Parts: sequence; structure tokens; C-alpha cells
Amino acid sequence: MTSATHTGAATGARVVEGSAAARRILRLSVRSVALLYLLFLLVLPVGMVFVRTFEGGLGPFLAAISRPAFQSAFWLTIQISLITVPVTTALGIVTGLAIVRRRFPGRGLLNALVDLPFALSPVVIGLSLFLVYGADSPIGAFLESVGVRVIFAMPGMLLATIFVCLPFVIREVIPVLREIGTDQEEAAHTLGASGWSTFWRVTLPAIRWGVMYGIILATARSLGEYGAVAIVSGKIAGSTETMTVHVEERYLAFDLVGAYSASIVLATLAIFVLIGMQVYQSGRLRRRRTLEPAAAAGSAVTPGG
Amino acid sequence: MTSAAGARPIEGSGAHSRYDGRGFLGPGIAALYLGLIVLIPLAALLWQSLSGGLDQLAAAITSPQALAAIEVTFASSAVVVLINAVIGTLIAWVLVRDDFPGKAIVNGLIDLPFALPTIVTGLTLATLYGPRSPLGINLAYSAPAIVLALLFVTLPFVVRSVQPVLLELDREMEEAGASLGASSATVIRRIVLPNLVPAILTGCALAFARCIGEFGSVVLISGNVPYRTEVASVYIISQVEADQPGAAAAVSMLLLVTSLAVLTVFDLLRRRLSRHDELA
Repeated sequence: MTSATHTGAATGARVVEGSAAARRILRLSVRSVALLYLLFLLVLPVGMVFVRTFEGGLGPFLAAISRPAFQSAFWLTIQISLITVPVTTALGIVTGLAIVRRRFPGRGLLNALVDLPFALSPVVIGLSLFLVYGADSPIGAFLESVGVRVIFAMPGMLLATIFVCLPFVIREVIPVLREIGTDQEEAAHTLGASGWSTFWRVTLPAIRWGVMYGIILATARSLGEYGAVAIVSGKIAGSTETMTVHVEERYLAFDLVGAYSASIVLATLAIFVLIGMQVYQSGRLRRRRTLEPAAAAGSAVTPGG
Repeated sequence: MTSAAGARPIEGSGAHSRYDGRGFLGPGIAALYLGLIVLIPLAALLWQSLSGGLDQLAAAITSPQALAAIEVTFASSAVVVLINAVIGTLIAWVLVRDDFPGKAIVNGLIDLPFALPTIVTGLTLATLYGPRSPLGINLAYSAPAIVLALLFVTLPFVVRSVQPVLLELDREMEEAGASLGASSATVIRRIVLPNLVPAILTGCALAFARCIGEFGSVVLISGNVPYRTEVASVYIISQVEADQPGAAAAVSMLLLVTSLAVLTVFDLLRRRLSRHDELA
């Protein structure tokens, strides 16, 4: 737009009007293509699920979500999230601090391992846990003999969820820790603060935006994980069936209302996550403006599912 | 790695600078955590896939059904990445340079695929583009359905990579180009695009890595017909369920190695193009 006025200052007004009109048409058509793509890929399909769920009124939806199978899947999923998110958050902060602030052998390896879950198919993650803890492996057989069941039980589902959620907090915390440096921590130390109080009063407040953003992403993923959990859970109805597995089970049982209703609950949670992402992203980006844009972009992109 | 230390000149001052003076506690916990959760399972996967020797690994990957699944996966992923490179850049451009009512909502919507559980994505797409499609478009159980599902889940990658770069791009360069008589097309081709290529590559690499492993969004709509619409991840699950962990591990290794290779190659390419030393 401004380039048109620049040209206008130099050359004739007619040329400018012509090119301004051309630019306007270009802009409108590009905008239309982008919006139509999003409409048909995102908005209409998600909207259609809402239409299909509520086309018979609120009754069928309420009936579906009050069924014992749904209730059990819902609370199991919440339980998994409530355990895995705090674990990945606390250990994520410790790991991030270790990678950024310490020098120790194997630091590069740890740093590389952190990204691996993003590069792995959830199905591959599930399979690798299955190979370690399944009944056919020595570790699995041993644990079974002492009465600990991992695969087709809660511990396996927790491990799978922690595996897929592991990078979120770490990847958010690392760049912020690098950016803030150690000046303030050192000042606190010099003034006599203990390690703990320096962490709680200096480090944690400085990284809080990143931590919160990571928690939001990890929560979304822990509620929505399907592939990894599907393999290790054994999909036992009423026992190891999470919400996502419940959606699939209902769909395959031709109970579309059941599948849609559970999806609506998950989609509603996703919308809250989305709002949380917008809120914390603005705070996070404000903190990280000094970073190289490409680096910021790299970690703004976070696979899920 | 070392460039990060540049931001902290007093880094060398040793243990005093650490919030926690207790030696290797932090690194120890970190190593235990990543070792238990990530390293041991992956070692088991590697062990399982190599336990029968390389011949058996190759045989497992080249069995007709596995090969067909790998072909379907890689072909649809390639198509999806190419579409994303174009439409993702276009959407980023609209979000940065264009202005219209509701733009903030559209911007927020881009992250929806990351927030929505993949199985819900699959159900969602099956609803609009399945047998009961109100649009009359039934893609269920076909290759285009796989592409559609992958396009949905990978939408944010290129957009979110390109957006910040476009935001930071110095518009004076473009204005200078235009005032020197360059047409809009020339400005875009010669000035804007070269600056965006590294970010587009980053987005494409992440999207490809995501595509080849994608499971939840594909499984409901693709129909999982062996040799036709069965993707690699579905093949892996079917082999686990058929008690063939060797076959499942072999294809898993292929996916793992491919996605690491793609991420590494694209990252090198991007670094060369942008000549920036990335911190992370």
C-alpha cells in the first residue's frame, strides 16, 4: 500500500491508480483463497460435528455423556492429565535448567533426546513402550511377577502420555533461560539468597510465561493423545478406555451420537486450550522479541495429537 | 551451542553462579528422566528391529504390505507438504499483510489443529467429507481422505514458521524495489520469497515429520484398506495386534530414521540459507 504512494510521488497518478487497483484485486483474491481454505478445512468440519451432535436436541447428548462408559473414560482421562502434566512440568523445568545452566558430559545427547518425541509417531512411541514393558520382555515379565502391570494398565498409559508431552515445557523454558542469562540469579546469590529462594523468586517468575504456555500445550496433548495410548492401553472398556479411545470405539460401534458427544467434550476443552494459547502466546512473544525470529518460530510450532 | 554462552559473559565463573550449588543433582534427574522415558524404550525398539539381523529388517520393510503402506504414507506426505508450502505461506501473508474484520479470530483458529485431539479431527472430517456428507463429497476410504486429514493436522507448521519472519521483514526493501520500477510479482519473487524460504523449509520439515507418523486423524477416514489406504502407522498397529512386533518395529525404525533425516537435512539447508546460528 505504502509502496504505491512512493511510486506516486515519482511518477504519474494514472499508473499508480492502475497498480493500486491491481494490488487490491490481488490482495482480495489471496485473502479469499486463504479464508475459503480455512473454511472448508477447519470451520465447516468442526461446525458440522456440533450440528450433528445437537440436531436431535440436547437430550441425546446428555444421555450419551451420562453413560457409565463415557463417565469412566472422562474421569480416566482427567486423572491421566492431572498426573502427567505436573510431572512433565516439574521435571521439564529441572531438565531445562540442567541443559542450559550446567556443563556436564552427555548434555548434547539430552538436548537431542528432548526433541525426539516430536519427531516420533505416537504409534512408534506406544510400540517402544510395549516392547520394554510388555509381557514378552524380561522387564515386563519381572514387573508382572511382582504384581506390577504396566501394559494394558494405568502405568503404561501414564508413561505413554509423559513421553508425548515431555518436550512441551522443556522446549518453552530453554530459550527463555538462555535469554535471561544468569545476572539476576547471581545478584540474588551474592545478596545471600539460597538456591531455592533464588529459583522461586528470580528464575521461576522470569520463565513463567514459557512454563504456562508449555503447560497449556501439554494439557491439550495429554487430554487428546490417542495413538500412543491406544497401543499400551489395550482399549479395555470401562477400565483403560480414555476419551479419545472412547470416541473411536463409539464410532466403530455405529453409535455416532456417542462418538459426537465425546468429541464435543474434547473439542470444547480444545477451544479453552486455544484461548489459553492466545493469552499466553502474547506474553511469551513479548518476552522473546529479542530472539532471532526463525528461532522463535521454530519453537512456536508444536506438533500435537 | 556455544553461541548461547556469548550472551552470558560470566558463565565461566563456576558453581557460584548456579541457583543450586548441589553439583550434579539437576543433570542427574534430567538424565534419569529422559533415559527412562525416552532412551530405554527407543533402545528396545532398535533392539527389536535389529534382533533378527539386517536381512530380516530389510525383509520386514520390503514385505509387500509394508512397502505399500510406506508408499501411501510417503506419497501423501509429499503432496501435503507441497500444498502446505504454498497455502501456508499464503495464509501467513494474509495474516501479516492483510487487514480485515475478524482477522484475530482467524489467526487464533490456525492453532486449532494442535489443540484438537487427532481422533476428533478424524471424526470431524469423516462427518463433512464422509458417506453422510452434507456437501455431497464422499472421500472416505480413499487416498484423498488421507491427504485431507494430513492437511488438517499440519496446517499450523508453515503458517507459524513464516508468520514471524514476514512480520520482521523490512518493508523498506520492498518499497525500494517497487519505487525502482519492479512489479508486485517481481518484488514478491525477488525480495519477499527469498527471505521466507528458510522459514518455509522449517515448516515443511516439521510438517513432513508429522505426516509420516500421523495416526489418529487418518485412521477413521482412510478405511485402512491394506495395499490401498493403509498408512505406515496403521500398519504398525495392525502388526502389533497380530502379534508381529518384529514387523512393527522394522517399519517404526524406518519412520524414525526418515523423520530424523528430514529434520536434519532441512535444518542444515535452512541454516545455510539464513546464515544464522540458531540457539536451540
